[in-house]
Amino acid sequence: MKTRVLGRQPVGLLLSAPYAVFVAAVFAYPLGLAVWISFHKYIFTAPGVSVPRPFVGLDNYTAVLTDPAVRRSFLNILIFLLINVPLTVGLSLLLATALNAAIPFRTFFRVSFYVPYVTASVAVVGVWLFLFGSGGLVNQVLGGAAPDPSWLINGIWAMPSIAFYVTWKQLGFFILLYLAALQNVPKELYESAAVDGASRWRSFRSVTVPGVRPATTLVTLLAIITGANLFTEPYLLTNGGGPSGKSASPVLLMYQRGIEQGHPDIASAIGVLLVVAVLLIAGVQRLLERRQA
Amino acid sequence: MKPRIPLASIVVLSLVLASGCGGGDDSSAAGAATAHGAINVWLSNNAQEVAWGKQVVQAWNAAHPTEKVTAQEIPAGSTSEAVISASITAGNAPCLIYNTSPAAVPNFQAQGGLVPLDDFADGTSYVTARSGESAAQYKSPDGKFYQLPWKSNPVMLFYNKKEFAKAGLSTTAPPLGTYTDFLATSQKLVSSGAAKYAIFPSPSSQFFQSWFDFYPMYAAESGKQLVVDQKATFDSDQGRAVSGLWQQLYAQNLAGKEAYTGDAFADGTAAMASAGPWAIAAYKNKVDWGVVSVPTQAGSAEGQSTFSDAKNVALYTACANRGTAWDFLKFSTSKEQDGKLLEMTGQMPMRQNLAQEYPAYFTANPAYKVFAAKAAHVVEVPNVPASVEMWQAFRDSWSNSVIFGKEDPNKALADASAKINNLVK
Repeated sequence: MKTRVLGRQPVGLLLSAPYAVFVAAVFAYPLGLAVWISFHKYIFTAPGVSVPRPFVGLDNYTAVLTDPAVRRSFLNILIFLLINVPLTVGLSLLLATALNAAIPFRTFFRVSFYVPYVTASVAVVGVWLFLFGSGGLVNQVLGGAAPDPSWLINGIWAMPSIAFYVTWKQLGFFILLYLAALQNVPKELYESAAVDGASRWRSFRSVTVPGVRPATTLVTLLAIITGANLFTEPYLLTNGGGPSGKSASPVLLMYQRGIEQGHPDIASAIGVLLVVAVLLIAGVQRLLERRQA
Repeated sequence: MKPRIPLASIVVLSLVLASGCGGGDDSSAAGAATAHGAINVWLSNNAQEVAWGKQVVQAWNAAHPTEKVTAQEIPAGSTSEAVISASITAGNAPCLIYNTSPAAVPNFQAQGGLVPLDDFADGTSYVTARSGESAAQYKSPDGKFYQLPWKSNPVMLFYNKKEFAKAGLSTTAPPLGTYTDFLATSQKLVSSGAAKYAIFPSPSSQFFQSWFDFYPMYAAESGKQLVVDQKATFDSDQGRAVSGLWQQLYAQNLAGKEAYTGDAFADGTAAMASAGPWAIAAYKNKVDWGVVSVPTQAGSAEGQSTFSDAKNVALYTACANRGTAWDFLKFSTSKEQDGKLLEMTGQMPMRQNLAQEYPAYFTANPAYKVFAAKAAHVVEVPNVPASVEMWQAFRDSWSNSVIFGKEDPNKALADASAKINNLVK
């Protein structure tokens, strides 16, 4: 009886317990609490302070969905993902393939791509402000072709600029994932392709791309998740989601509503919707990948 | 069958735990009100204020060995207000914070994080005796003081004498009194190449940024707070005049619209800056500056108002020894310590007749005299519920219409006014 309750390997329970507790405390509890808060009128209070926290049904969700700023932030993040995710996957795979080959200064290039990833956004944002400011290097090179207003205060270009910045900043990490995956692609496949007369491009498409498909799934998912949680870049690069909210992200609004303005109930509703949206996008992406496979 | 912990159980458990939140008793608060013992206080991370804080704590501890005070800087966070709010929720806020923003007080009060100073027998009388009539602006809607008005930084207009001279403008009586003068001077500064921008307040959409572009000029123009008697006041001729001026500055690229990583005034990118007396130390040896009142339509006049940019002291409910906290608060805002604050930071203690109280200081430091005079005419942010939300609504509207020109500023002011009326009612 005791064995049945604790399973066939009771020691396994003991070994997995710390992680289960960690998941429950750090992930499940906050998530459950956030969902609970989103259905109540809620403010954070000092311990011992009792305030009414009535159930309000879908009121917070109605408030969020009828708020043009929130709707705009979800559109912004969709624009961001449409640019950032394909660019991240494409560039990191291409660069990883190049860095996996016997090229001169390989270690130097590997480190160079990784440095932006390990550098704090706050520090590198200054460089991008210098590059993409109205009198910045990019506009000086473009001359008359530079957008007016300049990139970061242009309603059309602000979000794509952030997407390019994040792609550049995170590329090193995703290249690393692909580099690891490339070690598992059998060399014999490349040799066979060469014997069959495949060009380098053909070999890349028919051997490398299918060979690193699990890594592509991981890279895509991580890019979607980190992209959906965008905060620092619109906060610093575009003056807090400007111009006129054209680069505001849902997480930036969660910070404003929940932390600055003291409405964790509204912030939680935005958060829950964001989780649902990310799950939906990730689900669609998985379906598409399965069909391709 | 393998025993498993289904995710659903975890979520259900979370919900049960969550639904139990918010309980507790406040019986300990009653005893804390008169209790004496060790306390801790937080200071802003401004170097001069930290130095002032250290000396006041040292002086107190020498005289009160059984009621030791420990001071530290406010822990790092995106903003001080976010850190304080989190500490209130966590129950680990210090007894006193010498950097409490008046705009955040309504939120902290709603959280149950603040002790009304009126709870102390001499609470109200001490606050009003020290700050005089201006203390009334810091009363909460329930009529109580949840903050002690501590120090102000009356916002004035700094100008770079070198750049003004380069543009052929007077450096002793610059034409900055009226909006017409201000605009013409701005145009001359930029067209002459003396500076890239005439003025460069942060164009960021953070809720508090309007305190350094719109609000000082609006206070000077109208003498009113943003909201009076639960009604927004800025959808008026005065509000429209201020936004009209700024709209022209942005439309003509006389004011910067992009994020700027440095201090545009200190490095010469902008020829003017709106700032309080804290800036005197910051610009020392960097800019040869002059200072005037912010402009008004009719021209600057003596006694015209400006935004206070005050930082106050509040006593937090997590404090176990409130008796000591109140005594230390009075000690640290005594005439002697206010004098040291003035000497060490250049910021204006919110004390009546400041110039007369510290004549030696103002004789030795004449640059601060104008700020002391202005300190008697400051307009504070309104103490209303949803204060931060209100300022964010205003800032969003300002950014969209005045900075980026996407909407008619007059319509934007009217819309923001309607929204704010709804928020504060």
